[in-house]
Amino acid sequence: MSAAPEVASGGTLAGYNFAYLDEDTKRMIRRALLKAVAVPGHQVPFGSREMPLPYGWGTGGIQVTASVIGPDDTLKVIDQGADDTTNAVSIRRFFARVAGVATTERTADATVIQTRHRIPETPLREGQILVYQVPMPEPLFRLEPRVAETRRLHALGDYGLMHVKLYEDIARRGEVEISYNYPVMVNGRYLMSPSPIPAFDNPKMDRMPALQLFGAGREKRIYAVPPYTSVRSLDFEDHPFRPGRADASCALCGSRETYLDEVVTDDRGGRRFLCSDTDYCAERRADR
Amino acid sequence: MSGWALRTEGLVKTFTLHLQGGARLPVLYGVDLSVASGECVALAGPSGAGKSTLMRCLYGNYGAEGGRILIRHRGETVDLTAADARLVREVRRETLGHVSQFLRVIPRVPSLDIVAEPLVARGMAPDAARAEARALLSRLNMPPALHALPPATFSGGEQQRVNLARGFAPGYPVLLLDEPTASLDAANRDVAVALIREAKAAGAAVVGIFHDTDVRDRVADRLFTVEPRPEASRSAA
Amino acid sequence: MSDAPILEASGLHLRFGSVAALDEVALRVWPGEVVAILGESGSGKTSLLRVLSGTVAPDAGEVFYRDAAGVLVPVHVAGEAALRRLARTEWGFVHQNPRDGLRLGVSAGGNVGERLMAVGARHYGGIRAAAAEWLRRVEIDPARMDDLPRDFSGGMQQRLQIARTLVTRPRLVFMDEPTGGLDVSVQARLLDLIRALVADLGLAVLLVTHDIAVARLLAHRLVVMRRGRVVEHGLTDRVLDDPQHEYTQLLVSSVLAA
Repeated sequence: MSAAPEVASGGTLAGYNFAYLDEDTKRMIRRALLKAVAVPGHQVPFGSREMPLPYGWGTGGIQVTASVIGPDDTLKVIDQGADDTTNAVSIRRFFARVAGVATTERTADATVIQTRHRIPETPLREGQILVYQVPMPEPLFRLEPRVAETRRLHALGDYGLMHVKLYEDIARRGEVEISYNYPVMVNGRYLMSPSPIPAFDNPKMDRMPALQLFGAGREKRIYAVPPYTSVRSLDFEDHPFRPGRADASCALCGSRETYLDEVVTDDRGGRRFLCSDTDYCAERRADR
Repeated sequence: MSGWALRTEGLVKTFTLHLQGGARLPVLYGVDLSVASGECVALAGPSGAGKSTLMRCLYGNYGAEGGRILIRHRGETVDLTAADARLVREVRRETLGHVSQFLRVIPRVPSLDIVAEPLVARGMAPDAARAEARALLSRLNMPPALHALPPATFSGGEQQRVNLARGFAPGYPVLLLDEPTASLDAANRDVAVALIREAKAAGAAVVGIFHDTDVRDRVADRLFTVEPRPEASRSAA
Repeated sequence: MSDAPILEASGLHLRFGSVAALDEVALRVWPGEVVAILGESGSGKTSLLRVLSGTVAPDAGEVFYRDAAGVLVPVHVAGEAALRRLARTEWGFVHQNPRDGLRLGVSAGGNVGERLMAVGARHYGGIRAAAAEWLRRVEIDPARMDDLPRDFSGGMQQRLQIARTLVTRPRLVFMDEPTGGLDVSVQARLLDLIRALVADLGLAVLLVTHDIAVARLLAHRLVVMRRGRVVEHGLTDRVLDDPQHEYTQLLVSSVLAA
């Protein structure tokens, strides 16, 4: 057995390549990313590698982050908006070890933000990169089980089926029953899954100054939304898209604008609502 | 003056029965018929001579073997034996009407619409076409209650009156009548005679088969005898 | 008569192994014309429909469709994107089995609305109004708009398929034995409905059937096929009342009288 890995100069692990992936793999992923940026919303296949964590834990996002991060970057990782959950902490520590990069919990200070299920409340700016972890990249997969057929539908821009789903929701329940992973049209051409972010976050994707990259490890797909690209949530003229949020204010910072998590506080029906974005909530409280 | 509206030149019709070992059944040979506008020609000849076959050839329902069938259509001369199916449809829609012995019933369509249909096909507004159809059916003593019903369950005489109304409503320039009064009572026979006379007065060329000699004498200007072919009567026996 | 054909095919050949499904077939269809392709199983009539609609490529021969703008589209050269666009705009398909033409897990209204949404309709109320109107036209109670077609009878499913097909006002409709698996009484109603709608909308229809009664009721013109060849064609009543070809005579004389 080899000895425990030593810490090399620069703070990364000796014997490991920068940011864990070998350079050839990173080049391959960067090529896929360039293609994805060139064709906004289009899913580009890539050779997803085995990562030291299971599928579903962000293998796609990690590979994308590893391919774009440099020694001077500052990384923030959030899971459901929080910086302090197991998954977020593990991924942040992983990159601190294998890339030696600085990490932060502050949205404004980060250059690369890897996320699962949320977009930070603080507006992103030019130069930042938002990397989404994506479990299922295909927005049509519940409607059309044949992968070859979904690709054909994308190629032909044939998205009547998705509207049928929205129509059926309204016909049955009076409204579109999609509260997260709400499908969007990117640049007026490709139907895209925004990953399982709440529909509340969808408007933030539209003409965002930051670069948005999406990685699906198990499904081996990468897609992207370049800065300032149009991202429209599907809807009907007479049933416009409405981003939903709990009708409450944050119990800690009092915000009425942010996306809230419901926290059950006892077994007698007690509950509180808290900002899902922990960094944003903390800053608001600090400002007061 | 070349006043004819419909004429045949050397018309030949032979049936080839492939299922009977290719037996050939000659019916018409060298038929030369000419009918002028405003004239009614009654086809005569013994049973089996080919009167009905001639009528069907004239309508394009039977294909001719040889010769020509010429009709004045939109101011031009059309040879029905050479015209393609679309042209024959157009001639039937605008120029050539046919009242057969039997109404080919279309399920579920009210009598009124059956009569109005050829009018609508010629471009009349549906409401106006129905009004005309209603007037004509009433003239043929069809009670209004029957207008809304499909003729499938009607008596023979009632069906025949729907058939007559459908044939006379559009005012075709050329009209073929195959036993138009066969199952009519005296009163309706009189209406039919009046309709034929009015059509003639309006300039229609009429060719008819009338077994009822009284009706024939009241409408026909002359007879045209269809000669039986000896082989035909033998084969048909 | 000066108008040009909407569909034009010539020199079509198609073989399945040693069997000739199509052997030198030519066909033209004009706007507003209902043409029936009549034949028994194995005559090549379904192959012909598939080749004409671009679903199957012929071994030889050409098919041209003249679109609404008057542009001649070479059906087997145009590419899948162009064909799909035609299929959801200017063409319609009515399949023998409604399951092939409907989404059984989507409501009746959604089925009718899908084609509208596929061509860009984005007003929910407008889509529902159009769906209700078309359900009425095919004699389905609009109150059943939100029901699933899997709970409908076969005849209702078939009428729903027709509504779904015609809602975008196609110019050319392909029908494959549209009254195939239905009871006789249901068939009569459906045939009459198709007849009326086709006349109202002035559609061109290519209809495949083995049923002479269906052909007589619906078609202006007949094409009789046998072993991949067109043996006879012409005006429907001419072909059926005075059949020239041996095979057509056999077909016509084999009909059981009621």
